[in-house]
Amino acid sequence: MSHFLSPIFAPGFFESEAVQIALAVGALVAVVTGVVGVFTVMRGQSFAGEAFGDLGTAGGSGAYLVGVGTLWGFVLGNVIAAGAMEAIGVQRSRGRDLATGIVLGAGIGLAALFLYLYTSEHSTTGATVTILFGSAFAISSATLPLILLLSAIVLAIALMLYRPLLLSSVNAEMASARGIPVRLVGVLYLFALALAAALAAITIGTILSTALLVGPAASALRLARRPLTALLTAMGIGIGVTWLGIVLAYDSFDWPPAGQGWPVSFFVVTLVFITYLLSGLPEARRRRRAGRTPSAPPVAQPATPS
Amino acid sequence: MFSGFMVNAWEVASIVAVVAGVVGFFTVMRGSAFVAHALPNGSFAGAAGAILIGVSTLLGLGVFALGGALTIGLLGRRGRHDVATALTLVAMLALGALFLSFTVEYAPEVYSLLFGEILGISPNEIAPTAILGALCILAVAVLYRPLMLSSVLPEVGEARGVSSFRMEMLFLAVLALATTMTVPVVGTLLIFSLMIGAPAAARSFTDRPLLAMALSVAIALLIVWIAIAASYKTNYPVGFFVGSGSAVSYAIGRGWAVWRRGRGTAFNASTIVP
Repeated sequence: MSHFLSPIFAPGFFESEAVQIALAVGALVAVVTGVVGVFTVMRGQSFAGEAFGDLGTAGGSGAYLVGVGTLWGFVLGNVIAAGAMEAIGVQRSRGRDLATGIVLGAGIGLAALFLYLYTSEHSTTGATVTILFGSAFAISSATLPLILLLSAIVLAIALMLYRPLLLSSVNAEMASARGIPVRLVGVLYLFALALAAALAAITIGTILSTALLVGPAASALRLARRPLTALLTAMGIGIGVTWLGIVLAYDSFDWPPAGQGWPVSFFVVTLVFITYLLSGLPEARRRRRAGRTPSAPPVAQPATPS
Repeated sequence: MFSGFMVNAWEVASIVAVVAGVVGFFTVMRGSAFVAHALPNGSFAGAAGAILIGVSTLLGLGVFALGGALTIGLLGRRGRHDVATALTLVAMLALGALFLSFTVEYAPEVYSLLFGEILGISPNEIAPTAILGALCILAVAVLYRPLMLSSVLPEVGEARGVSSFRMEMLFLAVLALATTMTVPVVGTLLIFSLMIGAPAAARSFTDRPLLAMALSVAIALLIVWIAIAASYKTNYPVGFFVGSGSAVSYAIGRGWAVWRRGRGTAFNASTIVP
């Protein structure tokens, strides 16, 4: 069996501790980002997710500067950013992108400063690349408890808020008419998004973390009709692309040109992008068929607002 | 501060600020902040690839910016626009990560691509920047009326034969052009904050489009000039000053709008209630 599978799983794959951690953390993060991601896509807040990813850069480089773990930096930076976004009005859909953008710009400026200070102090520039593009293979086992704790917090928020969050994401007016505190739900969701982005950042790097937050969820929402099915599909896709990415990255250690392996993040993100493109096919085919026979009943859209 | 290599920095930065002010005005009008962030950010991969195969970074940036703009426009037609933008962006960045992993030595170049290296501009970069900048301004001038119409009232635009999709594609192409010329100067991550902060601040001061555009250019110029001077004095990265300067200008704009509105209602109340 193992001999038969050796072309796919290079020797030593399952024995390596780095790979084991990467697989475990990858799956956990995929579950968390799948849940949060579905709401992110439904609420049209991909830009906020992207902003958290980038702002994590400021937090992460700040953490490098003071010498604590980068994950702490990601978490702290993102939570502060969530507060700032909330303060200048992310909740109103008008001007929301603008508010996100301003916070994002200021945060990146800070990241530039921190990285400059770090590199001028330590005369290495490796920190930039490590923080920005990350590596699932570089997660140390010491951060595992924190990763578990953060995942539990995010999942607990999602579970607690599931119904009100779903309703206020689909139709905010109807939700507030039913007595749901839409604003509070939005704030809690933003907080969960901030933590989820930090988790994604530790796996595939800050500026690529959006891929895990948005990609599997967007694909799932194109395929599934019900919210719960969409959540499960998003988790499944997330785990699939992360694991396949890890396997490919491990295999790539003796690929050209450098002979030092291609980045995990590259494989994961590419697989996410391909999945998104493929997930559009069923709908396109349905539309084509519907176009040929105009009498066919209109296809029900998944529960997603425009 | 104004001698030798610094003169290049002042000239190029001023061109960049003018283009960012003009193009950014439409970015804010159309609510395209995310795309304005994604295109420069993603085109970073093009520069990394260009360094890898040894061609001009400007070419790499141009190809990736334009390719990204086309992909976002086409993918966004079916499905959600923000999702299309996010995924195109990360796909480009992932390519960038791959290119980076193929060579190990240019980490400093990565840093300057991402965060800008305005103080290291050479005189032979001025001409291409000026030409591309002029092209951007020209494109905006030609497209001004239809672009304005389809940004503010897309339905009316459609009724008058201005296709929203075509306008979106043309606008994305202009944005890609602006990206190509500005990225080598201020970095992929920061041109965007200039493009958002200055016009957003300008729009809090006036509702008249041309005046707002002029004001946006003025604010962008001010931010960049202050940033260069501060960067020269402190040696800190210019991107830090551009990013925080944009945020400050936006905050001032918002504060002004709130103050004026507050005064306006007080005035109204005093006239209505004797």
